[in-house]
Amino acid sequence: MITLSAVHKSFGANRVLRGVDLTIPKGESMVIIGGSGTGKSVLLKCILGLVTPDAGTITLDGQDVSRADRDAFLARFGMLFQGGALFDSLRVWENVAFRLLRGSLKRPKHEAREIAIEKLRRVGLKPETADLFPAELSGGMQKRVGLARAIAANPEIIFFDEPTTGLDPIMSGVINALIREIVTEMGATAMTITHDMSSVRAIADRVAMLQDGVIHWTGPVAEMDAAPDPYLQQFIHGRADGPIASVR
Amino acid sequence: MILTAPLAAIGRPVLALLAFVGRIAIYAVQVVSHLFRPPYYPREFLTALMQIGWFSLPVVGLTAVFTGGALALQIYSGGARFNAEAAVPSIVAIGMVRELGPVLGGLMVAARVASSIAAEIGTMKVTEQIDALVTLSTNPLKYLALPRVLAATLAVPVLVGVGDAIGIAGGWLVGVNRLGFNPATYLQNTHDFLESWDVVSGLWKGAAFGFIVAIMGCYHGMNSGRGAQGVGAATKAAVVGASVLILATNYLLTEVFFTS
Repeated sequence: MITLSAVHKSFGANRVLRGVDLTIPKGESMVIIGGSGTGKSVLLKCILGLVTPDAGTITLDGQDVSRADRDAFLARFGMLFQGGALFDSLRVWENVAFRLLRGSLKRPKHEAREIAIEKLRRVGLKPETADLFPAELSGGMQKRVGLARAIAANPEIIFFDEPTTGLDPIMSGVINALIREIVTEMGATAMTITHDMSSVRAIADRVAMLQDGVIHWTGPVAEMDAAPDPYLQQFIHGRADGPIASVR
Repeated sequence: MILTAPLAAIGRPVLALLAFVGRIAIYAVQVVSHLFRPPYYPREFLTALMQIGWFSLPVVGLTAVFTGGALALQIYSGGARFNAEAAVPSIVAIGMVRELGPVLGGLMVAARVASSIAAEIGTMKVTEQIDALVTLSTNPLKYLALPRVLAATLAVPVLVGVGDAIGIAGGWLVGVNRLGFNPATYLQNTHDFLESWDVVSGLWKGAAFGFIVAIMGCYHGMNSGRGAQGVGAATKAAVVGASVLILATNYLLTEVFFTS
């Protein structure tokens, strides 16, 4: 279980997170929604330690993440980045098996390659893709490779940063379905940040809305449409008029 | 207030410069500290060695051969004013191995390598590849910076050594074909007047310049701003910073090596 308590983060005068309180139960898929620039990515990076919060605590299974052994902590995570963040100089299979080729999870090269090809197959890519370079792939294929890399070491927790940004609606549906299937079959705890409502409905068990630097609403995805919160309703229906527009 | 304003105007950039030098120094210490802490990435080191050493050879070689030739012509025409034309072989050799080989080699490597390191690492930063490395339990300093710094520190002295030989050969070609020197006598003079410390001091300079080039490339790449403009600015800063530091370090090392 991941717990955030009163997490604050500012960049100069810009107060991005102003006291985020959030609990992500073990084995559940939490989706964070919110407009562009509301701090969703910063929140995710605070949990991973890529950005250091100014105040507040983040715990994983009760342990403060800032005091945890970094390697052991990160070994529990997989992450799909918004643009894929694949390493240009490495072949696709080397990207997928990156963690399995070095560090504490190191395996023999042939074994790491086999696992990479199996993970590529799991995300719908043929084994021939393994020896290509990322620049030779389409945007949708790069997302799939990024997904394969995120699950390569069978992590307990998987983060997805805007998983469908830049993809056509059909490819978005494919990626959403893959994420849901993989999270369910691995029994992983998932946290996704997105402003794509089709992703929210496909991926989420629970939804949290980040607005004005705090969690404005949180609840099961089934209750989202009936929730009376005007901010949430404006966001999920994509209305131009409402309290969010007036704040802007 | 009016009296202190000019002092503040001078102090501000001085403090900014000192802070920048401090950040670079801390960064360099952090990178070097990983030399003593496994894991190591030999594949990345060998790739960097090829990129920095082998692929810089043509540009360093061409620079050296033309510099050696021009130096021979200059010394011959200048030396004619006091009947010192015969000093061409020895001055070309000493000038190349002590100064021009390491400095021009270092500057050419700065232009070629510091820019490419800064652009590559800067692009990795803006496309979140550096963040991805961290989430994959890999320290970017250890994986990206250390192999490049180590490779440049080892490769540039070799490049300087090869450049010295090519530069002396360039002087020999011009001396023999344009200035009428006897080929064997030219080589004999070069050998007689050149001391081993002349060569070794140039190689030490090369190692220092290689270290500077890679550190500046890695530092500016990892601190690149957002987007294409940020990467462009990081690349420019890496090349300018490395070039100025090479020239300043060259003066300091020359003071240490030849005046003490």
